[in-house]
Amino acid sequence: MMVKLLSGDKPGSVLLSLILLGIFLSLAFAPFLFEGTRALDTAARICVFIVLVASYDLLLGYTGVVSFAHTIFFGFGAYGVALASIHMGRSFEALAMGAGAGALGAALLAAVIGLFSLRVRAIFFAMITLAVASAVAVLVSQLSVLTGGEDGLTYRIPRELTAAVTYGQAPEWRIALPEAVAPGTEEGPAMLTLGGDRISGKIANYYLVFAGSLILVLLMLRIVNSPFGRVLQAIRENDFRAEAIGYRVVSYRIGVTVLSAVFAALAGSLFAIWLRYVGPDTVLSFEIMIDILLMVVIGGMGTIYGAVIGAVVLMLAQNYLKDLMAGAATGLADVPYAADLLNPDRWLLWLGVLFVLSVYFFPTGVVGRLRGKRG
Amino acid sequence: MADMVLETRDLTVQFGGHVAVDGISTGFRAGELTAIVGPNGAGKTTYFNLISGQIAATRGRVLLEGRNISRKPASTRTRMGLGRGFQLTNLFPDLTVYENVRLVVQAHQRKGGRLLRLADSDDHMRDMTHQALDQVQMRVQADKPVSELPHGDQRKLEVAMLIAMDPKVYMFDEPTAGMSPDDAPVVLDLIGRLSQDRSKCILLVEHKMDVISALADRIIVLHNGALVADGAPRDVMASAIVQEAYMGRAQANV
Repeated sequence: MMVKLLSGDKPGSVLLSLILLGIFLSLAFAPFLFEGTRALDTAARICVFIVLVASYDLLLGYTGVVSFAHTIFFGFGAYGVALASIHMGRSFEALAMGAGAGALGAALLAAVIGLFSLRVRAIFFAMITLAVASAVAVLVSQLSVLTGGEDGLTYRIPRELTAAVTYGQAPEWRIALPEAVAPGTEEGPAMLTLGGDRISGKIANYYLVFAGSLILVLLMLRIVNSPFGRVLQAIRENDFRAEAIGYRVVSYRIGVTVLSAVFAALAGSLFAIWLRYVGPDTVLSFEIMIDILLMVVIGGMGTIYGAVIGAVVLMLAQNYLKDLMAGAATGLADVPYAADLLNPDRWLLWLGVLFVLSVYFFPTGVVGRLRGKRG
Repeated sequence: MADMVLETRDLTVQFGGHVAVDGISTGFRAGELTAIVGPNGAGKTTYFNLISGQIAATRGRVLLEGRNISRKPASTRTRMGLGRGFQLTNLFPDLTVYENVRLVVQAHQRKGGRLLRLADSDDHMRDMTHQALDQVQMRVQADKPVSELPHGDQRKLEVAMLIAMDPKVYMFDEPTAGMSPDDAPVVLDLIGRLSQDRSKCILLVEHKMDVISALADRIIVLHNGALVADGAPRDVMASAIVQEAYMGRAQANV
């Protein structure tokens, strides 16, 4: 059953399986395991980015096609939901319509870009996507009437998905911690409290994002293990020979570009439902494109699981490295230089160092490394 | 020339001022194994590339079973029944031996567009793949990545992929080049058996004269891109033009 859901594509290493299982359980129970809205927000972003990065991996990792326009398709899905919610009013129909229209628009644009550029050479495609990405970003920021310009759009989603609605109370677990871990107080041993939170519409929203992402990732896992997916890998390995044994390479490249755009758009729609806001900086910026690239490379190209690891690692680093460094800096306040080096303002520097180290030590990504593949 | 499986008419390609293949008009029948010989640079591989669609002709036509395929991409020609093998090893290095062959079977059955099935779930495809691997005695290596195979085995795999295509026209481009004396007979026996099948048309670019005399029904000789001799092996080998253009070299090599 499990293996069937994963399309027979087992993680391929015990450690990797455990890590993936840990990530899955953490995300599945995130609202009850972690305190605060920020943690839940990070968890939702991780879910969305896993889909986004996996959809990019279809292109880069599986087919060997380089694109810089992936954020556009992400944006199509996000703006689709935003515009539909504004013009149709808050409703689930608006969300579905927006996601559908966004995915359709993304597919059409991807097909057009692919038809014009993939026929020539794969490198030409990269250049075209770069141009289209810039053009769309400018267009979105200038067309304020439609897109809200740089300010973006805020809109309302169905009440059932907002914190205004309460569905009930989560069961609470209190676990007594052993004396060695945390010293007790006069009232009794130290307690770890899990659950007990109010189950609000926000949590329902989170589970919509989580379930949507899970389905999309499993679907992509299925696609890469399908006959079509194998052709993509053949094209990556040797496009000349793939053509010679009877596959029209150009059609497959266009096909995967469209598919990957649709998945990116759906990820964008989930993101828009979660944020209740879209703007050029949150869905279209070049920084997001770079994040996607980093996540694919860190996690490991050509393995959907790599997207999972990459998204989790980078998202956690971006959200918590600063806190971690602040803590470490305070702890090391007496050590000369160390505290300075770990100043939270320098978090980007350390992120850079982490990235260089990970590429150096895991040239095939974390997943490649754990699967024991040579670089 | 109604009984020709494959025909080329005035087939020509020019790279800049250099005419690599110069107006070759000939045809190939089912049940016939034609050896294509000529010195290095004579245009043998270029002629193959024109037929199978890797490069476009400057002039002339290629006809498969009477249909003009000159404008069709290589992938379409392959699906129509042209089985092209390559001289330099040209495989999918990170995929397994099995997967290399299975991809060929999948292309032949036109199942590459399937998105939601599992690639390995098709029993018929698996049987076909195993059969092709058995033909070159490589089933035991099925799960190895191609990049880990010794050169001779990669050449045998190349032949297995051609077999898996089940084409109307086999185009072997020096199939035994670089093979050990142990491996070469496996491939040559296989080609010999294929040539017994009266429905198959086989083209073979080959340098080794003993191989040619053992297998070929007919020889055509290329020289500077042009077809200079065509006939039964015995006649062609004896002709003056071949002695000059090719045999002198070949004998010196032996």
